[in-house]
Order: sequence, then C-alpha cells, then structure tokens
Amino acid sequence: MNLKMFLKEHRQKKPRVFQDACKISCTMKCETRREKQGSQMRAWCHSSCVCPDDSTDINHDAADIFVEEIFREELRRELTLNCPGTSSAQAGRAAACQGCPNQKLCAAGAAATDPAEAAELRERLRGVKHIVVVLSGKGGVGKSTFSALLAHGLAADESKQVALLDIDICGPSIPKMMGLEGEQVHQSGSGWSPVYVEENLGVMSVGFLLSSPDDAVIWRGPKKNGLIKQFLRDVDWGEVDYLIVDTPPGTSDEHLSIVQYLSASNIDGAVIITTPQEVSLQDVRKEINFCHKVKLPIIGVVENMSGFVCPNCKKESQIFPPTTGGAEKMCQNLNVSLLGKVPLDPQIGKSCDKGQSFLSEVPESPATSSYRNIIQRVQEYCDQHHFQEEKII
Amino acid sequence: MEEVVAERSNLGGVRHILLVLSGKGGVGKSTISTELALSLRHSGKKVGILDVDLCGPSIPRMFKVQDNDVHQCDAGWVPVFVDQEKSISLMSIGFLLEKPDDAVVWRGPKKNALIKQFVADVAWGELDFLIVDTPPGTSDEHISTVEALRPYKPLGAILVTTPQAVSVGDVRRELTFCKKTGLRVLGIVENMSGFVCPHCSECTNIFSKGGGEELAKHAGVPFLGSVPLDPQLSQSLEEGRDFIQEFPKSSAFPALTRIAQQILDGALQRSS
Repeated sequence: MNLKMFLKEHRQKKPRVFQDACKISCTMKCETRREKQGSQMRAWCHSSCVCPDDSTDINHDAADIFVEEIFREELRRELTLNCPGTSSAQAGRAAACQGCPNQKLCAAGAAATDPAEAAELRERLRGVKHIVVVLSGKGGVGKSTFSALLAHGLAADESKQVALLDIDICGPSIPKMMGLEGEQVHQSGSGWSPVYVEENLGVMSVGFLLSSPDDAVIWRGPKKNGLIKQFLRDVDWGEVDYLIVDTPPGTSDEHLSIVQYLSASNIDGAVIITTPQEVSLQDVRKEINFCHKVKLPIIGVVENMSGFVCPNCKKESQIFPPTTGGAEKMCQNLNVSLLGKVPLDPQIGKSCDKGQSFLSEVPESPATSSYRNIIQRVQEYCDQHHFQEEKII
Repeated sequence: MEEVVAERSNLGGVRHILLVLSGKGGVGKSTISTELALSLRHSGKKVGILDVDLCGPSIPRMFKVQDNDVHQCDAGWVPVFVDQEKSISLMSIGFLLEKPDDAVVWRGPKKNALIKQFVADVAWGELDFLIVDTPPGTSDEHISTVEALRPYKPLGAILVTTPQAVSVGDVRRELTFCKKTGLRVLGIVENMSGFVCPHCSECTNIFSKGGGEELAKHAGVPFLGSVPLDPQLSQSLEEGRDFIQEFPKSSAFPALTRIAQQILDGALQRSS
C-alpha cells in the first residue's frame, strides 16, 4: 500500500461539489460570531475565513466538504502525474492537466492567488529590499533562535532597517526571544504597526494578538493562511532592508501560503536549520525537496546544536550524534551550501528565555562567532542576489 | 449509538488510547512515544503507535523499519510490526512514501482526510495501548485526531516539554488545547533536563531546568518525571535499537520506566 493506491481507491467515490457551499458556510458562521467579538480583535474579522474565535472551528464543515473534492483529484495529480500545482502559471495548461477534472478550475486561476490580491501584496511590500525565510522540517532545531539572532545581527548596522515576521501561528516563540512578551500591536491609519525592539528592528507575531500566555490558537489551515495574509497586507512595514520570516516546522499551510503570497515580491531565499542527527536530517531533506518544488532558492543550511563543550572540563561531546555524517554530508549529497555549524551553548537558551540577544550578551562564545559568520554569509548572498536583480532589470 | 460504532470498528480491540502532545517541536514527542512503547512492551503489554506527524514522520526510523510497506487485508490496512511476536505495531505516513525524502506538501484538508483514514482503517487487532504521536502545535492534525478519537474515549494526553521558558510557553498553550477539547492531561514530561558530561560527570543544564515541573504545579496536573539528555538515548533512536533493553544502567532509564509505570497505574485505575 502506498499513497498512489490510497488515492486510487478514493477516486472511485464520487466527488462532491464544494466551492459555494464552502464559502457560504464559512461566511455565515463567521458573520454570526462576528457579532460577539470584543473590540480589540474586531479588526481580524474583515476576511471571512479569519475568525478570532479560537475555541470552535468555523472551517470544520467547510474543510470536510473541501476534502472530498480536492483531496483525491488534486493530490493524485500532484503525486502521480506531473501536476504543475495550483499556484503555478502553468496551472490547468500543462500537458499533465489534460483530462483532470480540476483543469477548468485551475486554468481559470481559481485556486491560485487572485491577481489583484497579489498586486496588492506586492504594492504593500514594495519597500522591502530583501526577504529571507527561515525553514526546517524538524521542530525545536533553532529556527526562532536563528531568526532572532539574524535580525539582531543585521540590525547591528544602524543604517539598515530590519523586520522580523513570525508566522508560527500555533507556537509563536519570537515575542519571548525578543523580550517583547505582553506587548500589543497598535493600529494606525496606515495599518498595524510592528512592535519595535530597536529603532531599526520591528517585529510582528501572533503572540502580540493574544491576551494571555495560556491562549491557544487552535486553528485549521484556512484561518492561519488568512492571518498570514493579513500580516503581509495590513502591517505597516515601511521601508525595510531585510524582512526575516520565521516559520513553524513542516511543509504545510503556513509554508505554502508564505511562498505563494510573497511570490510577486522577491524572496532572496531560504535558510534551512537542522541538528546533526539523522532523525532531524530526514525531515530537513523533505524541506529541501519542498523548496525545489515551490522554486524557492536555498541560501544554505545551518547545523545547530553541533557538539557540546563541557564548561567544567572543556571536552567536547556529541549530544545529538551525526550518525549519518551530519549536515555536511547531506549538503554535499544534495548540492546545497553549508553556511556553518553552531555548537550547543547553555547560554543560548538562557538568553532566549530572557529575551536578550545572545550575540551581545556573550560576545566571546564560539557559538557567537559562528553565528556572526553565518549572518555575514547570508548578508553577502542577499547583496549578490540584489546585484543580479539589478543587472537583469 | 456510540458504543455500536466503537465495537464494530478497527479500534474496538484497543483498550487504552494515549496522545503524546507538545506545542513545541523537537522536544522529544516521538522519543517519548517510542520509549514509552518499549517500556510498556517490557511490562508485557501489546502496543501500537499511530504517527500523525504527516510532514515529518520520525517513528519508522526510530524503530528502524522505515523500508517496510503497509499491506492491505479485509479489515483494512495492516500496521507494520517491529518484531516477530507482533508486540509493537506502527502506522505512519513514512510507510506510504515511495522515496524517504518525498516531501508531503499538504494543506490541512488533505492531512485531515489521511488522519481519518488512519483512525478508521488500520487493523490494529488486540492492543493494550495505542500511543498517538503528534506533530507540534494546535492545528489541523490535532483537531482532527482528537475529533476522530473521541468516540473511543482516549485515556488522555501526555505533554512533553523541554525545560526552557520558550518551550514551556508553547506547552501552556497545548494545555489550553486539552482543556478546550476536553482531553484529560495524564501529566507533563520534562525532556532534555540536563546533560552529564561523559568525561568529567559534571551535570550541565543545557536547556535550563525545572520548567516542566513548575508548569505542572502551576497548571495543577501531574508531573511524570524529567528525562535527562543522554547521548546513549539519541544514539539508540538513531540506530533503531531498544534502549530499554540495552541500557538499563543509563541515566535516562529510571526516568522512562517511571513514566511508563505511572501510565500503567493510570490505566489500571480507569479499568477498575
């Protein structure tokens, strides 16, 4: 049994029509809830699929109907044939699309981002020069730590304006790591204003929209996508040299959405974080495949938690042993560059918990110098990317 | 009505269902699931693991059965057995992929459909425990799993955290998830609690210490124990070996068996 067979089996059942039903049930339920919303959250409600009520799932029925239709057909194409994907320009037009029941839908661009919307997002992000996405298939490997330090590192140059966007909707760590817990987002005429750590470092996260640290965001995909779109469209980022996007683990809604929404703007590339063990690398390989699939350039891989130097005897141990050669071997095999290795340092976790920048707190640590090197390499990559862009224009 | 559904279905022969949850990724959900299964087997139980982490399945690798396939029988899908005695059986999306590096780039609805299928169509047979290993967060996979399992009245959830505040913060949100969905919290496990240097035996709290215990106290739920960082443990998981069998002297061993014991006690209490 494999996925192909699974899908084949399901295809035999008749698909249901979903589109209108989905839209109607979504909007109706949200309309009724909208009445009950407190004033602070009201702003979220203008998109029919983003409802701030996190206790019940408004998209549930809609999602179930949605499954029947989309799941079998779209996925079958995607996995078994050479489906170009719904967000591709070739959607509905490629050779593989012949005979697919969704061909018309795709060709009409119904599944892709609405062009007007894409233009709006692009307009909104016009002032953003570089976009770096931080990814990993595996959780807890240090995506947020790296994003936070990358932001701090880049913002050390006072002439540069840096923005950090946290799209981990269910587990936002950035507010804590940046020392911004309990901060709130304010609204101005030009949109939501990010929360500023320094004058040249602005942050946005779902964490700022929650009223208590116990608040859980129990959302299915569509609501998460709605909020991500809102973060890009409604936040007044202003002129920004670097926009760093911190993501949750995996290859799902958040990742597809951010790539899709930013497709009209220009993403420099992704930094992929891993730890040395195979259990982590196997997920990271999937993430690299994801990048290839959505045509997201890879800036490089960072190996985090690579070796631990005992503060007592100064000898090194491998806590997460690189049994299959670690990130180095993987990078060679997959032909991506390794940006560097960062050793485990108990101070890193502590600084994150306190919301301080590890780079300035412990400047002499070996981990600091390897972070600095990596940040520099990312910066060089972006500059070069920019240079190439200019040449093309 | 519910009773009838439960009896007829593939989960009818499963006595207790546990979920392993965490708001944070990489804290050791799969590790705890794996070690808990091994410990329960050690006490003579039959255990199944359902891995609903669809984008990053780790369970097949941790048992070194990543190359196995899922077969079909009249009752549904046959899970992958770890040993001859069929004392541990597994189901994961990892077994359905043609190439191990294939990325499952799915939005929620697709994931939900597969989870429903996993819950309905896997022929587990008779099991003492079914452990459900989840991805991090409080989103599609979690909502779908909890909803699909509700008719079978799961025993409860084990929450895994590491000691740092950043991780504990995410687990607080997971507690809220459990409260809202009416899922009982069996307790909190603090993983990666300190590292004993193999050269000088000095214990360093790499990810600080005590966060999990404090959270348990604060939330009024049982604290099941703290598992230290143990290179032997990560090594066994990498190589798919039975840590419980092979390293009874290691520092993580007593912590893991104690957790299993508390789960057994909890299950016994409920049965009686």
